[in-house]
Amino acid sequence: MTSGPLLTALLVGGIAAITSGIIGVFSVVRSQSFAGHSLADIATTGGAAAFLIGVSQFWGFLVMGIAASATMEVIGVQRRRGRDVATGVVLGGALGFAALFLYLGTLQTSTTGASFSILFGSIFVVSPDTVPGIVTAGVVTLIAVALLGRRLLLTSISPDLARARGVNVRLTGVFFLMALAITVSLSAVAIGAVLSTALLVGPAATALRVTRSPLRAVAVSAAIGLATTWLGVWLAYESYYWPPYGHGWPVSFFIVALVLAGYLLSYARRPRRALPPRSPHEGVECSPA
Amino acid sequence: MFSSLMFIGLMANTWIAASIVAVIAGITGFFAVLRGEAFAAHAIPNGAFAGAAGAFLLGVNVIWGLAIFAIAGALGIGALGSKARHDVVTALTLVLMLGVGALFVSWSTEYAEQAYSLLFGEVYGVSSNEVWPIAGIGLVAIAAVGLAFRRLMLTSAMPEVAEARGVSVRGTEVYFLVVMALAASMTVPVVGALLMFSLMIGPAAAARSVTARPGLALALSVAIALVITWLSIALSYRTNWPLGFFVGIGGAAFYLIGLAARELGGTRARTRAA
Repeated sequence: MTSGPLLTALLVGGIAAITSGIIGVFSVVRSQSFAGHSLADIATTGGAAAFLIGVSQFWGFLVMGIAASATMEVIGVQRRRGRDVATGVVLGGALGFAALFLYLGTLQTSTTGASFSILFGSIFVVSPDTVPGIVTAGVVTLIAVALLGRRLLLTSISPDLARARGVNVRLTGVFFLMALAITVSLSAVAIGAVLSTALLVGPAATALRVTRSPLRAVAVSAAIGLATTWLGVWLAYESYYWPPYGHGWPVSFFIVALVLAGYLLSYARRPRRALPPRSPHEGVECSPA
Repeated sequence: MFSSLMFIGLMANTWIAASIVAVIAGITGFFAVLRGEAFAAHAIPNGAFAGAAGAFLLGVNVIWGLAIFAIAGALGIGALGSKARHDVVTALTLVLMLGVGALFVSWSTEYAEQAYSLLFGEVYGVSSNEVWPIAGIGLVAIAAVGLAFRRLMLTSAMPEVAEARGVSVRGTEVYFLVVMALAASMTVPVVGALLMFSLMIGPAAAARSVTARPGLALALSVAIALVITWLSIALSYRTNWPLGFFVGIGGAAFYLIGLAARELGGTRARTRAA
C-alpha cells in the first residue's frame, strides 16, 4: 500500500470526493445535477483547446468552465425547465467544439484514445502535476461555500424569501455555477467526467435522504464520498489479482457501484413519502432529495 | 480515390440517413424540451454508447448493446424518477451505465478505436443497407409519437388535468423515454451520441423560443434540424472539419437567433401597445 500512483489516487480522489460531496448537496437541492454533469463534459473541451494552443490544461478548463457557466446563467431562465434547456444548448454547442478540437488534435498527434480517456479517465494515471490544481480547486470551493453557504441555501430553498431579504438571487446563482464549474472540471480532468458526476450527485443525494439538516447533509455527503472513493480505489487496486488476470477492473466502475449501492440503501433505511414526480409549479422544489 | 459514381452513392446515403435522423431528432427533441427532459436526452444516447462496449465484448451486433442499454436506462429513469428528484436519478442512471461501460472497455481490447465514431458519428460511412433500418425505426418512432401526441402534449403542459382525465403521467413519461431510447439506439451508430443530443435540443429549443403554438413549434423544430443537418454536411464536406462541430454550434446559434427574435418581437409588441 505504499506505491506512488496509489497514494496519488487516494489523495486526488479524496479531495475530489470531499469538495464534490459538499458542493453536490447544493447542486442537488438546486436541481442542477445536469449543470454539474455538463460542466464536467464542457471542461474537457477546454482541456482539448488548451492542448491545441499549447498552454496548460488548467487554464483551458478554468476558462471554458467559467465561460460556460456564465453563458448558462445568461441564456437560462430562472425556472428549472428553462434551466435544463439552457444547460442543454450550452452543452450541445460545447460538444461541437469538443469534436473539432479532438479532430484537430488527432491531426497533430494521431492519438486516438483522447476522447476516451476524457470520458472515463483513470485515477491511477493522474500525474502529480495536477495535485496542486485539485487542492486549489478544493480550497477555493470550500472558501466560497463557507462564505456564501447561508445565502446559497436560502436562494436554493426559497428564492422569493431570499429576494425579500435583499439577497441578489441571480448573482448568487452565477457564483454557485462558477464554483461548481471549477470543482467539477478539475475533478473531471483528474478522474474522468463519469466519476466526477457520480461523486457530485450520489453522495449528496444519499445524504439528503438520510438527514434534513443542511449542515449535517454536507458532512454526511463528504464522508460518503470519501469512503466510497477510498474503498473503490482499494478494490480496483486489489482487482489486479482477479480474473481476467493482468487487467485491473476500472476504478470508476467500483466507485459508481458503491455510490449507487449507498443511494439505494438509503431507501431501505427509512421509508419516506414519495415526492410528486415533477410539479409544474416552480419554486416548490424545496424539499431535499 | 473514389470513382465519382460511388461517391455520389455514398453521399446520397449520407444525406438520406442524416435527414431521417434530423426528422427523428426534431420530433423527439421537441417533446424532450417541452417536458424539460434535456438531461434524459443527453443521458440515454450517452449511456447507450456504453452498451456498445458490451456488444463488442460479447461479439454481437452493436445495435443490441445500444438498444438494451438505452431502453434499460429509459426504464430506470422512468421507474425511479417518481420516487426522487428527476435530475438526480438521471445522473445516477447515466453514471451507472457509463461505469459498467468502463468495466466492459477494460475487458475488451478493440473498442477504444470505435469510441470516437460512436461519440462523434461516422456519417460518411453509411451504406445503403444501413439506411433501411434507420428509416424503419424512424417511422416507428414518429408513429409512436403521433399515436400518443395528445397525451404527450397534455401531460407536458397540464399534468394535473391529465391525471384528472385518467391519463397516467408516469406511464406517458416511460413511454416517451422508451421511444427516445429506440430512436437513440438506431441513430447513435450513424451520427454519434453527442451529435444526436445536439440535434435534439438545439432546434427544439430554438423553435420553442419563437412560438408557443405546439404544432408550429414541432414543424419548426423539424425544419431547423433539417436545415442544420444539410448545412453541416455541406460545410463539413467543404472544410473537412467534423460534422459534429457544425451541428453543435448550429443548434446553439439557432437558439440564440430564436431568443433574439423573441426579444425583438417582444419590444415591438410592447411599443405597439404603448
